Amino acid sequence: MRIVVAVMALFGVQLARAEEQAVEVVHWWTSGGEAAALNVLKEDMQKRGYAWKDSPIAGGGGEQARTVLRARVAAGNPPDAMQMLGFTIRDYADEGLLGDLSSVANKEGWDKVVPAPLAKFSKNAKGQWVAAPVNIHRTNWIWANKKIFDELKISPPKTFDELIAISAKIKAAGYIPLAHGGQPWQEATIFDSAVMSAGGPAFYKKAMIEFDPAALGSKNMEKAFDQMAKLRTLVDDNFSGRDWNLATAMVINGKAAMQMMGDWAKGEFIKAGKKPNVDFLCFQYPGTEGAFTFNTDQFAMFKVSEKQAKGQLTLASAVMNPSFQETFNLAKGSIPARTDVPDTKFEACGKKSMADLKVAIKNDTMLGSFAHGHAMPDAMKGAGYDVVTKFFNHPGASSAEAAKEFAKAIEAAK
Amino acid sequence: MQTPVMTEQEARAPAGSVTQPAARVGWSSPRGWLQQQLPRLVLSPTVLITFVFVYGFILWTLYLSFTRSRGIPSHELVGWLNYQRVWNHPRWSVALHNLAVFGILYIALCLVLGLLIAILLDQRIRQEGALRAIYLYPMALSFIVTGTAWKWMLNPGLGLEKLFKDWGFANFKFDWIIDERMAIYTVVIAGVWQASGFVMAMFLAGLRGVDQDLIKAASIDGASLPRIYRRIIIPQLRPVFLSAVVILAHLAIKSYELVVALTGGGPGYATEMPSTFMYAHTFTRSQLGWGAASATMMLLTVAAIMVPYLYSEVRTVRSRRQ
Amino acid sequence: MAKTWETPQMVQETGFRWSRVVVYGLLVFFGAIYLLPLLVMLLTSFKPLPEIYAGNMVALPRHWTVEPWVNAWTKACVGLNCNGIKGYFWNSIQMTVPAVVISTGMGLLNGYVLTKWRFRGANVLFGLILFGCFIPFQIVLIPMATFLGRMGIASSTTGLVFVHVVYGLCFTTLYARNYYMAFPDELVKAAMIDGARFFSIFRRVLLPNSGPIIIVAVIWQFTNIWNDFLFGASFSTGTSAPMTVALNNVVMTSTGEREYNVHMAAAMIAALPTLMVYVFGGRYFVRGLMAGSVKG
Repeated sequence: MRIVVAVMALFGVQLARAEEQAVEVVHWWTSGGEAAALNVLKEDMQKRGYAWKDSPIAGGGGEQARTVLRARVAAGNPPDAMQMLGFTIRDYADEGLLGDLSSVANKEGWDKVVPAPLAKFSKNAKGQWVAAPVNIHRTNWIWANKKIFDELKISPPKTFDELIAISAKIKAAGYIPLAHGGQPWQEATIFDSAVMSAGGPAFYKKAMIEFDPAALGSKNMEKAFDQMAKLRTLVDDNFSGRDWNLATAMVINGKAAMQMMGDWAKGEFIKAGKKPNVDFLCFQYPGTEGAFTFNTDQFAMFKVSEKQAKGQLTLASAVMNPSFQETFNLAKGSIPARTDVPDTKFEACGKKSMADLKVAIKNDTMLGSFAHGHAMPDAMKGAGYDVVTKFFNHPGASSAEAAKEFAKAIEAAK
Repeated sequence: MQTPVMTEQEARAPAGSVTQPAARVGWSSPRGWLQQQLPRLVLSPTVLITFVFVYGFILWTLYLSFTRSRGIPSHELVGWLNYQRVWNHPRWSVALHNLAVFGILYIALCLVLGLLIAILLDQRIRQEGALRAIYLYPMALSFIVTGTAWKWMLNPGLGLEKLFKDWGFANFKFDWIIDERMAIYTVVIAGVWQASGFVMAMFLAGLRGVDQDLIKAASIDGASLPRIYRRIIIPQLRPVFLSAVVILAHLAIKSYELVVALTGGGPGYATEMPSTFMYAHTFTRSQLGWGAASATMMLLTVAAIMVPYLYSEVRTVRSRRQ
Repeated sequence: MAKTWETPQMVQETGFRWSRVVVYGLLVFFGAIYLLPLLVMLLTSFKPLPEIYAGNMVALPRHWTVEPWVNAWTKACVGLNCNGIKGYFWNSIQMTVPAVVISTGMGLLNGYVLTKWRFRGANVLFGLILFGCFIPFQIVLIPMATFLGRMGIASSTTGLVFVHVVYGLCFTTLYARNYYMAFPDELVKAAMIDGARFFSIFRRVLLPNSGPIIIVAVIWQFTNIWNDFLFGASFSTGTSAPMTVALNNVVMTSTGEREYNVHMAAAMIAALPTLMVYVFGGRYFVRGLMAGSVKG
């Protein structure tokens, strides 16, 4: 009996597919909130006459999805679109596997509204668009529990030394100064800000984006590791292996005062019913005020048949639609990838982010995040992770040594 | 009725072999020939599959390890460069050390526990079925989730240490999972928990097949129980030991999910294993060449240990039967 | 001949009650340790999320709720489809059952050939097959994907069944071979004298007595194939994905919220078929008929 029902179900699915064209999308937005946000896109596509075939693969911030993608590419059946970050897009474009979105990009004028540092990752070596950006995340945020700050009469620190000073007060009052999850990517996220703070945007650019060996092993890098060492004294003993959202929960519940995390942490606060500037504060890591370390999710389109290509172009256009960008990012906690979306509906931290973005673009301080694959290619990023996480887990290690190791590791992975 | 010509030959064959080398026997008909070749025919799909999909792919990996492959395979040969890079990589030495520690402890503990519990269960226990299910269920649960449960239980602030402290044992300490030197032992604990039930099942099946006459004879002769176990039953379980060691070694090498779910390779990369190293470099870091080199080295290490063991086991059985 | 429950003397007369106590005591002690993680998972799955975030993982729920279980089955988000994991069960069964049957069947025959039909090189071949057990799946993923792609079955149940049979054969062969090794040759010879040939010997003599090892092989294969993620994710798409992929998607959210209670419930639901195999297979863990027979 069950077999009959199952066969009928299979049959039903096949019938539906024969009627409308489908676009298959691989992504890892599988939590309830993310799914709701992405659903907007699915409905938009349906209005435009395309069914959405969902093939999500969660895990590791896209690691599992990328593994599966390699298998699918090897088997010769890539999806129509896939969520990708940073250099991965360039890698696949260089292999000639991505399709050309120039027609829709030029028609809709994407170059005018997407910031150039971001667009660099959406294009192939020839300068053609191969991916449609969905959002912009910022990583140099600190999220703080306002009640603790008010109680101890402290305000967001402007310099690193101030940060250490207020942390002493926080610790004395019995709270944990910094809630942290001991996973390499989380340590790297903090490292983004440490490097930026230690040497400024120009140094960050030289070291992380141009991987200049002199910059990588320089005194500024040492200072960055010094900051990491001091931050290590601000975390509680059980930080190892903790998931990032459990660390955020510590701040929400008032056990810890601050967390250094990208703006997806804001989503946790919002879900818990907390309001910005009422229950929690958002400010930049001290010393990185004018800088914007970004990472962005994009839908890269694979080279497929003519018939499928039309669906891809439609998807690309739907992704870049201002109203979708607004709705999606309101739900996700990031900001739109287009600079011409009004910020009226966004809450205080989102508004700040969007305003800071415009300033950073003008001053050329919108720089890709090392921790999230927008500064150096994956192989080098991974090598850097190893050094940073080892240093963070060995209190008392020498910063000078670490800086040298960092430079060496990046070189070896080139 | 068609009698296979071989029958009489076999009846006269020495104890321990059922057939003689078939080539020297005449066939009474084409059907007889087919019957003779049947064993080889039946085995051949497996052999073919193994040669193509195991050894063929191993050769492919070996080839890749000598090329400059990054995100996709390249055909530019670079000699021993990948091997040098991997060998000098700090994470690799940690991984090898962990594999040794984990491998030995994991296999030994699973064997001991599995055998012990199987013997206990074999004692005409009531509710054997329920107890068996309790020891087996860990293997049924995907480690994606049991890993989280273990992570919490072992975390000092959330799990067992906190529980004991709440109960009043203020000095209780169980923070191995955040300690770089001890973290690998937590992986052992979780791993043994997961696999020992299956080892128990294997030993139980083996115990149930032991020749009863020998036992009866020995107990009539007045041998004590531990003696019976040691001298008669456990030696008869030798093939089961072989299976168990192969299974456990396989699991130890493949232990990717276990490590990732429990410690993520941390603290730092203190619980790095060759499998996580290989996965990270092959897929996440787009270093196919390094990944292939590490895989080859791993397989060679495994071969160095397993091949002598397998050889001795397979050979001993044969000579024992003659 | 009736099935006899022969065990060494331990359990017979009243004089040995103490040993019974020890045996039961040890079993219960170990059992409790083994159950501890399950306890954590169960407790978590009945707690509301704020309680979990508050921290004590081994505490009883203050507010019991079955909502996580309902959500896991019907509402959890596996990507855009927020219909729980129920839709993916059939996919897994479609893939697992044929793969288990085929690989176990072939393994049994292989074991039979390798032990009762000795030919030159049989042991070498066995060793070669056995070494295949050690190959990590990450190595074979890309070449296998290429192969399946060329065969046109890269994104289908057939492809998945094929992959799992290929990499399960070494284990089933191992189990069967070692089990049949201890199987008395006299029984086989007797059947041969009676005129039975290759397959009928197998069917009439070995197979009926292979209960325990069939169950061991089935348990191993079913568990591994049911819980496999890598192949399942790489060789399927969309709603035809196996259940492990769905479970993985529910659990491993990266930048979204983590509903730990739903995760635990989902994991336990996902493990039910495997557990049922264990429970039903248990009745075959009895002493074989051949134990002690034929010698006389």
